[in-house]
Amino acid sequence: MDTFYYLIQNTLPVAIPLLLVALGGMFSERSGVINIALEGIMLFGAFFGCLFVYFVQSTSMDTQGILLLGMLVAATAGFLYSLLLSLAAVTMKADQTITGTALNMLVPAAILLFSKMSFNSDGITTNKNFYVKEVPALSEIPVLGKLFFQNTYITVYIGIVLLVISAIVFYKTKFGLRLRACGEHPHAADSVGINVYFMRYAGVSLSGILGGIGGFFYAVGVMNGNTNGHTGVAGFGFLALAVMIFGQWKPFKILLAALFFAFLRTVAYSIALIPFLDALNINQTYYKMLPYVATMVVLAFTSKKSRAPKAEGIPYDKGLR
Amino acid sequence: MQVNIKKAGKSKGFSAFTAALLAVLLGLVFGYIIMTIASPANSFLGFQKLLMGGFKRIGDVFYYATPILMTGLAVGFAFKMGLFNIGASGQYTMGMFFALYVGFMWKLPDSVHWLVCVLAGMIGGMFWGLIPGIFKALLNVNEVITSIMFNYIGMYLVDMLIQGNATMYISSKTRTSYLPASAQMPSLGITNSSVNISIFIAITAALILFVVLNKTTFGYELKATGFNKYASAYAGMNGKRNIILTMAIAGAMAGLGGAFAILAPSTIAGSSMTYEPVSVIAANGFNGIAVALLGNSSPIGIIFSALFVSHIQRGGTLASLYGYKPEIIDVVIAVIIYFSAFAMLMNAMVGNLIKKLFSKNQSEKILPADPKEEA
Repeated sequence: MDTFYYLIQNTLPVAIPLLLVALGGMFSERSGVINIALEGIMLFGAFFGCLFVYFVQSTSMDTQGILLLGMLVAATAGFLYSLLLSLAAVTMKADQTITGTALNMLVPAAILLFSKMSFNSDGITTNKNFYVKEVPALSEIPVLGKLFFQNTYITVYIGIVLLVISAIVFYKTKFGLRLRACGEHPHAADSVGINVYFMRYAGVSLSGILGGIGGFFYAVGVMNGNTNGHTGVAGFGFLALAVMIFGQWKPFKILLAALFFAFLRTVAYSIALIPFLDALNINQTYYKMLPYVATMVVLAFTSKKSRAPKAEGIPYDKGLR
Repeated sequence: MQVNIKKAGKSKGFSAFTAALLAVLLGLVFGYIIMTIASPANSFLGFQKLLMGGFKRIGDVFYYATPILMTGLAVGFAFKMGLFNIGASGQYTMGMFFALYVGFMWKLPDSVHWLVCVLAGMIGGMFWGLIPGIFKALLNVNEVITSIMFNYIGMYLVDMLIQGNATMYISSKTRTSYLPASAQMPSLGITNSSVNISIFIAITAALILFVVLNKTTFGYELKATGFNKYASAYAGMNGKRNIILTMAIAGAMAGLGGAFAILAPSTIAGSSMTYEPVSVIAANGFNGIAVALLGNSSPIGIIFSALFVSHIQRGGTLASLYGYKPEIIDVVIAVIIYFSAFAMLMNAMVGNLIKKLFSKNQSEKILPADPKEEA
C-alpha cells in the first residue's frame, strides 16, 4: 500500500505540467493554430521562472509565495514567446509546423548561450525546495489525505484550479464558443463578425501562458527547481501534444490522458521501489521508453477517427472566403 | 538588361533563392546584435571570424557538411510530399548504430568492410523512417508526433544497446571503443581534417534524388501528392504506398548521414570517431531541418545550404577565440529558420515595395505632362 501511495504522490506533480501544457495546446489548436512550439515555450517559461527564483531565493520571502510569483513570471515569459508564433503563423501566414520547430530550436541554444556566459553552467540551479511535507488539517483525512495532501507540491492544486477555469472558459463563455468556431470553420465565423485573427492570437497566447506555467511547474515538480539547456524539458512539450490528441481536444479527457502518461513515467523511474517489477530484472531503459511507446500505441488506436479541429494548420486568408 | 532582371525576378527558383538570402541576412544581423550585447568590444572581430573563419578550414567545412547534407535530404525529400520528417535525428542515430554494429561485430575483407557498414547504416535509417510512414499511411497518425516519439525511442534504444555490448563500449571512458581501420572511410588526405569520400557519395545521393524527383513517375506522383493529396488520389495515385516509400527513402538518407559521421577517419592514427551514449537527441537531425528549409527542399539547393550551415558552424567555433560561445550559431540557425518560414512572403513584400518605388519614379516623370493636356 505504501508503494501505491508513493506512486500516486509522485504521479501528480508530473501529471500537472502535462495537463497544463496539453490544455494550452488545446486552446491553440481549437482556434486553428498547430502549436508544436510548446516544448520551447515550456522551457522558456521554466527558464525565466527559475531565473526569478534564483534572484529572490536569498531574500526572506515565503517559499510558496516565491513559487506563485515565479509562476506569474513564467506565464508572462510564455505569453511573450508565443507572440512570436502568432506573429509568424497568424499575421504572416507562415507554415505553423516550421515556425514552431524554429522556436523549439531557439530556446535551448539561447539558454545554453546565456547560462554559459553568465553562470558558466548549462542552466540555472536554485537551492529552493518547494516540496510540501503535509498540508495542515487536510492531511489527516484517512486515505485521501495520504494520497493528495502529503509529500506534494502546491502546483497540483493550482493545476486543478486552472483546469476548472479553462473548462469554464472553453465551454461556458462566448469567448470559448467563438474560439472553437475559428478552429472549425473560420470563414463562417468571420461572416458573423468574429475577428478570426484576434481569436487565433488569443488561442496561441493562452497556450503560451499555460505552456509557460507548465514548464515552470515541470522545473519545480520534476527537476527540483532547476533548468538545464541540454536536457530541457525532456520532450514533455511533445508528450503534451500526444496527451492532447489522446484526450481528443477536450479538457477533462486531457486530464485522464495526462494522469495515464504521468503514471507510466513515474513507474519507469521508480522500478527499484516496486518489488514485483524489480524482481523481473528488466533493463531500466525499457521502462524509460515506455511513455513514448505507449503514446504510439494509444495514437495508433485513436487516430483513425480523429476529432482534430477541421481548420487547424491552415493560415486564415480573408481573401479566400 | 532590364528585361533580364524582370524575367529572373519572376522565376520560382530565383525568388526561393532571394528568400533564403533574406532569411540568412536577418539571422546574421540578429547574431551580430547578440554578440554586441554579449561583449561589445570584440563583436566586430568575432563576427568577422564567424563569417570568414570557415574559409581557413575548407576540409572541415566539407567534412561537417556531409551528415547535415544527408539529414537535410531526409527532411527535404519528405517535405516535397508534404510530410514533415522531424524524425531525422532518430533515423540518423539508428543509421549510426547499424554502421557501428557492422563495423565492430562483422569480420569482412578490408576492401568492402566500410562499404558494408555504410549500407548497414542506410538500412538502419530506412527501417526507422519506415515506421512513421506506416503509422501515417495505415493508421492516420500524424507523422510529426510519430517521428518525435521515435526520436526518443531510438535514442534510448541505441544508448542501451551500445552500453550493453562489451566489444563496442568502454564503460570507464563512457564512449565506444575505436573502430577497426577497415571500417573507416577512405580519407581525402587533407592535413588536419577528417574529410573523406563520403562528401562525394552525399552529393551523388542528392543528384540521384534530384533525378528521381524531376524525371521519374514516382517523383511526379510524390510532388503531386504534396501539392494536393485529394487531386492526386482522384487521379489514381497510390497515396499510401507513396507515403511509406517516401519515408523509407528519407530515413535511408538520414541513416547514411549517421553512418558517414561515425565512419569518418580520424586525424590521429589508430583512433576513430566515437559515440557517447548520453541520452541527448542527435543535433544533426535538427540541423537537417534548417538545411532543408534554406535549400527550399530542392536536392541541389540542399547541397549549397549544407555547405553554408557547416561554414558558419566552423566560423562559430573559431569565434570562441574572442570569448563567444559556439551556441551562438545554434541561435543564428534557429532565427534563420524562423524567418525562412515566412521569407517568401517578406520577399514578395520587399519586391512590391521596390516595384512601387520604381513606378512612383515613373509616374512622377509622367505627371507634369498631364495638367497640360487638361488645360
